[in-house]
Amino acid sequence: MNQNIYDLLGLASAVCFILALKGLSTPKTARRGNLIGAAGATIATIVVFFAPKAAGQSHHNTILILAAIAFGVLVGVPAARKIQMTQMPQLVALFNGVGGGAAALVATVEYLNLSKDGKPSAANLVATVFTVIVGCTSFSGSVITFMKLQELMTTRPVVFPGGRFVIAATLAGVLGTGGWVIASGGNTPLLVMGGLALLFGILFVLPVGGADVPIVISLLNAFTGLTVAASGYVLQSTLLIVAGTLVGASGTILTRLMAAAMGRSLFGTLFGAFTAKPQEVSAAGEARSVKSGSPDDVAILLNYAQRVVIVPGFGLAVAQAQHTVRELADLLAAKGVDVAYGIHPVAGRMPGHMNVLLAEASVPYEQLVEMDEVNPTFPQTDVVLVVGANDVVNPAAKTTPGCPIYGMPILDVAEAGNVIFLKRSMRPGFAGIENELLYDPKTTLLFGDAKDSLTKVVSALKAL
Amino acid sequence: MTTMAVLTIFLLAIFVGFEVVSKVSTTLHTPLMSGANAIHGIILVGAIIVADNATSGLETTLSIVAVVLATINMVGGFVVTDRMLEMFKGKPKTPKASKEVAK
Repeated sequence: MNQNIYDLLGLASAVCFILALKGLSTPKTARRGNLIGAAGATIATIVVFFAPKAAGQSHHNTILILAAIAFGVLVGVPAARKIQMTQMPQLVALFNGVGGGAAALVATVEYLNLSKDGKPSAANLVATVFTVIVGCTSFSGSVITFMKLQELMTTRPVVFPGGRFVIAATLAGVLGTGGWVIASGGNTPLLVMGGLALLFGILFVLPVGGADVPIVISLLNAFTGLTVAASGYVLQSTLLIVAGTLVGASGTILTRLMAAAMGRSLFGTLFGAFTAKPQEVSAAGEARSVKSGSPDDVAILLNYAQRVVIVPGFGLAVAQAQHTVRELADLLAAKGVDVAYGIHPVAGRMPGHMNVLLAEASVPYEQLVEMDEVNPTFPQTDVVLVVGANDVVNPAAKTTPGCPIYGMPILDVAEAGNVIFLKRSMRPGFAGIENELLYDPKTTLLFGDAKDSLTKVVSALKAL
Repeated sequence: MTTMAVLTIFLLAIFVGFEVVSKVSTTLHTPLMSGANAIHGIILVGAIIVADNATSGLETTLSIVAVVLATINMVGGFVVTDRMLEMFKGKPKTPKASKEVAK
């Protein structure tokens, strides 16, 4: 292929990516934006097989590459199609991790290749070192975020004595070996550096609490973008530089927006566990009494209410109760009750996750009320029905400085006349913090699987 | 490519990246992150370039692994983003329009 045509097609893909990000920023154009991005990626992938070659050079491994792509498609597409929407955040984390791993491998191979003709140039070495360090960190860090979200490990911050010194020492080791690679070249320093960077990724994510994990995923996503840009420099590919930088820049902004939506500083998210006082486990917790009710009690409360706000949380999605909750809302609306859903920006596992889950159950969009709009209406609300949510209504975010969610804006459900919690158990929420509201005299608890309980409430309501 | 040209491209791309997402609504944070995630799957192009030049067994093995990982990132990323956005269909800010589109 002619070099000019090759470069022009690369430019076309880069423009597709800009349009994709632009489209993804507005609800109306989001889906089209994503398709434009996919089109750009497809063009670039096809075109690279026809890359112009210098005289005397030939293509290698074409069959192997095609087979590898086919294999990747066979793994990636079913995973993306079959995943439950509730588990989608960890899948995104995993996709991000393998992307970082791929970037680190690409930089390593190019380094081996360049090293054949003596020591590569300093600029190339710096870019390679950057890609391998950040790519490895992104890979292992994403694996830990995956395990936290999948609850394969504890969702609480993992802090061990002297943890911050171990992390600092590992980081120093990574940077030191990085300097060693740049100074002397060779394969051993690169290997040691990669290993230390993998370790650093693990240590870096371990102290982050479960509720803050989405912010870390977004940050690692931005990092991976920058590694792609750096490997683009080594490979002399404008497309990779542009695409990688776009993701790096937009990912950084997105990370800050997310942190702001959760009322957290980025610094607090990453290092909060080191400065926070250890959580006092309230010894009295077990003995304190809570008021639990039957589905009939709940149905009566709801039936005579004027205004009901439903606060859905991740538990609702886990129980697959979206459709039942909608049935309940429709029933109440038919009885003349004013029903709305109060949506916290980070309800679910990621910002906007709950909107996706409720949209799946075709809950009318106009009933979804965002936090800032719903909060002033709580004093006029008779009953708040909290379904599988906990941290987003936990007053500790306002009253307990030093707790992991302190400072996060919450839904002020305590202002309402009655609060009903549908919970499976007294177990604290994802952030692992006790919720004082459960012990409030105006709170009624209905224990059990959210879907079961809701079904019982619906039939009790029908019988009234 | 001169270093100066690379720097120029890099800086301009940073500004474009900042600009295009600066006004995104909370609802779209997750799909946007997922879409950006798919875009960095473009490292697949880099993986193909190095695999195409690979001559030794080690280089070939590493680069083929990179091709597999990058493909999963890119293809999986776009598919999962599309699935997320599928649920937003007919969900613009105006409630009237949403009724029409949602049959």
